[in-house]
Amino acid sequence: MTGKKGAAIGKDQMLALYRTMLVIRRTEEQLVKLYAAGKIYGGVHTYIGEEAVATGVCAHLRNSDTVFSTHRGHGHALSKGMPPRELIAELLGRATGCGGGRGGSMHLFKPEIGFMGSSGIVGPSITLAAGSAYAARLRKTDQVSVAFFGDGATNNGAFHEGINMATAWDLPVLFVCENNMYATEIPYATVTKNPHPATRAPAYGLPGVAVDGNDVLAVYQAAGEAIRRARSGEGPTLLECKTYRTRAHSEGMRDAGYRTQEEIAEWKARDPIKAFEGKLLAGGTAAQSELESIDADVRALAEEAAAFALASPMPDPATVTEHVYSETQEGQNA
Amino acid sequence: MREMTFVDAAREGLAEEMARDPAIFVVGEGIGVRGGNFNTTVGLYDRYGPERLRDTPISERGFTGICIGAAASGARPVVDFMFIDFLTDAFGDMFNQMSKLQWMSGGRLKMPIVVRGCVGVAPSNAAHHSGNYYPFFMHVPGFRVVMPTTPGDAKGLLKTSIRSDDPVLFLEHKNLLALKGPVPEGEHLVPFGKASVARGGKDVTVVGVAFMVKKALEAAELLAKDGVSVEVIDPRTLAPLDIDTILSSVRKTGRLLVVDEDFAPCGVAAEIAMQVMELGFDDLDAPVKRLNGLSCPAPYSPALMTNLIPTTTTIVQALRDLLAE
Repeated sequence: MTGKKGAAIGKDQMLALYRTMLVIRRTEEQLVKLYAAGKIYGGVHTYIGEEAVATGVCAHLRNSDTVFSTHRGHGHALSKGMPPRELIAELLGRATGCGGGRGGSMHLFKPEIGFMGSSGIVGPSITLAAGSAYAARLRKTDQVSVAFFGDGATNNGAFHEGINMATAWDLPVLFVCENNMYATEIPYATVTKNPHPATRAPAYGLPGVAVDGNDVLAVYQAAGEAIRRARSGEGPTLLECKTYRTRAHSEGMRDAGYRTQEEIAEWKARDPIKAFEGKLLAGGTAAQSELESIDADVRALAEEAAAFALASPMPDPATVTEHVYSETQEGQNA
Repeated sequence: MREMTFVDAAREGLAEEMARDPAIFVVGEGIGVRGGNFNTTVGLYDRYGPERLRDTPISERGFTGICIGAAASGARPVVDFMFIDFLTDAFGDMFNQMSKLQWMSGGRLKMPIVVRGCVGVAPSNAAHHSGNYYPFFMHVPGFRVVMPTTPGDAKGLLKTSIRSDDPVLFLEHKNLLALKGPVPEGEHLVPFGKASVARGGKDVTVVGVAFMVKKALEAAELLAKDGVSVEVIDPRTLAPLDIDTILSSVRKTGRLLVVDEDFAPCGVAAEIAMQVMELGFDDLDAPVKRLNGLSCPAPYSPALMTNLIPTTTTIVQALRDLLAE
């Protein structure tokens, strides 16, 4: 199978994309269940319905490439290679979590594989990713950096300043805007005259590409070209992925008044995983049994991850002040 | 030892570090070919080019964020804000990202970044070019706050700041930039958290902050003529704060005055006084006293500046009052 442009995607790669989307979905289903059971202490911002975006982008990345993420970052972390057990343990506040229980849902870290962190503040992923690209430039490597952010961040100063400088200096970075049409619960179109972020790109002098963010192959193809450009020194790209969050902004939050049930149902019908399954089967790429086998495997992985997290120890309270500084110095304040 | 100005000494420190470590780069407005508004980078562009002397647009939040991402990814940025007032646009990312990422990542990310800029009240600089702001950064866990007052310390502390894996506020008082003093050649590193006793004395202790160290030394000289022996302490770094040197001095003198041109509430003097009360109360023969600038923005007219910040005269008076307690 080939996309509209670019190289053919082999069966193995397509099944890998399918599997990654499922890893995100099944892991978050565990999180939803654990939240409902009262096992999660803070917010849970699910990525359900948006899995194709992180999956299609991160499939092109190496461990040495860096990703900067958002408050809705589970999918970015998992598709960059974070084991589900470290994610679930983090939300359960456990010592075995990816942040040792310091962060929870919004503050995920695994720099060993280039997952540089997710942020509870909207905007910094853009500038920090540009900075990581600047460091790669100084080192003269072909590393690239990716910023994920939502439509909300496009109305933030970091978008303007970060994209302007990254473009002016041809930095090896990809800006991925997940346009799910709501900044928390504010409809993007009510606070933005032009609600199509990719069309802003020409004004900054970089390519702007808009794709169906629920079509993992479309994302994969567009991200592939953008990352190729970045690696070869041709500068950044703004990739807008039009998608939708089908659950509440955060688990347990009142999800009414700002959008209709019909709209939610319409997007649920465009579920990226179901849609991709349909393509794989219709194109004869995979048999139903193959897909079922992958799903069974992923379900087992997610269940094992939840069990691991539930059995994990809480962090030692005495460690809470560690790592405020790189090293403890005599006379340190505090 | 050779003498040079504060700004030349700091630049020598920067140049030596840039020669030593290719991961170091500087960003700021006019720090490239122009060499910096305060001559902080003169001559370095010719040696290291635009990648390492990066002139920026007026995008303080943006280039600070870029430096945070670069520092987390192994580079060692120096952000040259020219006037520290300009960093207020970057407060959010400094407090939420720069100061917290080491902790949030459990020490797996480092944040070797130097934020430098000129602070302080100088003639007719007015409300947007006279800021100090260091108490904000003393308050927030994760920052180092460095305030050299001599050319030798400017060089030695800037080198230490650049080698630190923590975010460092390196603050240069405008009234000190042209000051000349001895500066060691080559490798000269001044550690964080070690105050300097700028003048030894036995009757009363003054802790000065930045330019106020110089004013306190002048006051001490005047009082010496009357037979009063004043010890002047320059903390050099406010975070970490070397409270031990202050406590040792208070143990000897029993009296402490803190002079800071910045606002009094929740300021450096408030912190030092509290720590001395907690750790050295029995050594005090009188309550700790503070002398601060007025709590208002800095004005333009010389007339309006008359009573704005402590002077040699007001410091002498405050010391006489303290000795009379």
